[in-house]
Amino acid sequence: MNDYAHPDSLVSTEWVAAHAADPNVRIVEVDVDNTAYEEGHVPGAISWAWNTQLCDTVRRDILSRRAFEQLMEESGIGNDTRVVLYGDNNNWFAAWAFWQMAMYGHKDVQLMNGGRRMWLAEGRELSDERPNPRRARYKAGEPDLSFRAFRPQVESAFEMGRAFLVDVRSPQEFTGEILAPPGLPETCQRGGHIPSARNIPWAKACNEDGTFKDYDALKRLYSSEGIDGSRPVIAYCRIGERSSHTWFVLKYLLGYNSVSNYDGSWTEWGNLVGAAVERGAPQMAHA
Amino acid sequence: MRDVMKTEEYREHKVDAAGWEVNLKSYRVGDVFHCVADNVSPGAWLARATGSTRDEAENKALTEATRLLGKTRRHSITT
Repeated sequence: MNDYAHPDSLVSTEWVAAHAADPNVRIVEVDVDNTAYEEGHVPGAISWAWNTQLCDTVRRDILSRRAFEQLMEESGIGNDTRVVLYGDNNNWFAAWAFWQMAMYGHKDVQLMNGGRRMWLAEGRELSDERPNPRRARYKAGEPDLSFRAFRPQVESAFEMGRAFLVDVRSPQEFTGEILAPPGLPETCQRGGHIPSARNIPWAKACNEDGTFKDYDALKRLYSSEGIDGSRPVIAYCRIGERSSHTWFVLKYLLGYNSVSNYDGSWTEWGNLVGAAVERGAPQMAHA
Repeated sequence: MRDVMKTEEYREHKVDAAGWEVNLKSYRVGDVFHCVADNVSPGAWLARATGSTRDEAENKALTEATRLLGKTRRHSITT
């Protein structure tokens, strides 16, 4: 992991196995819900569910600062706790949690490379016990909104060329052939993509075993589509979790300075009245 | 303190379900086989199941995944 811009943003499964009982380390399994966690998890890990704990459940938004502080406190996480996140779906929702923790200024947070899949494939220990962490004290900063893109920024990105847009969904979602990943509910009125977006599916950043590709391979992947760090980048998907994964790759593994996640993503854009939409195959890469 | 559990006999293979490629991950924990069915693109889990044999767990997960995938609509791409 040493070639990455921020190699300390990742830990291996071996490291987690050796440090899962460390009182200064909090392991968190993060998924869309608790289903996978209940089947067995990394010993000592607690669980966060994206659908109830990592979003505002009333309005569509990230956690408020106070709600974020409460989640950390209930999870036994203090400002100096080392937090290791992992999950199913190749760490999609773990990356969402990472993104939110980074936004609120938590310094010591890492992803377990390979996620839940690698842990299982390696035949490592599982536990069905739910730890009950001792409550901690936590003080979050104001969220760093440079990590987050809102609709006006996305509009100016393609209207004025202020940023590259990276659509990390599958090619069939990008073209408009399907409105959601196969088997999942459609959450938009229109299919297609935001004009000028490049289609670089999130999975291209991963090896077959779910670990991240090495620095050189990632650099080639994004540079081939004109994403070389010279201009700001906005990543989006359907609900913002896959694009958190790509945000992590661009910001922490490649070290690009200006990368944001448009968490409104296609569920916002594909439902907007009058929004510009392109369909079909991607255009040629930017010069 | 409960018994330590481990995953054993981990296996992945791809199959077709309702015209979509599905990745079946299965493994045994103790006496129970678990199976997770993911759509290959983009890679989200669709169904999870358990059984006393691998075949039973895979069949249950695949049946549910096929049901969900059968609802997926393909749209003509008009520009």
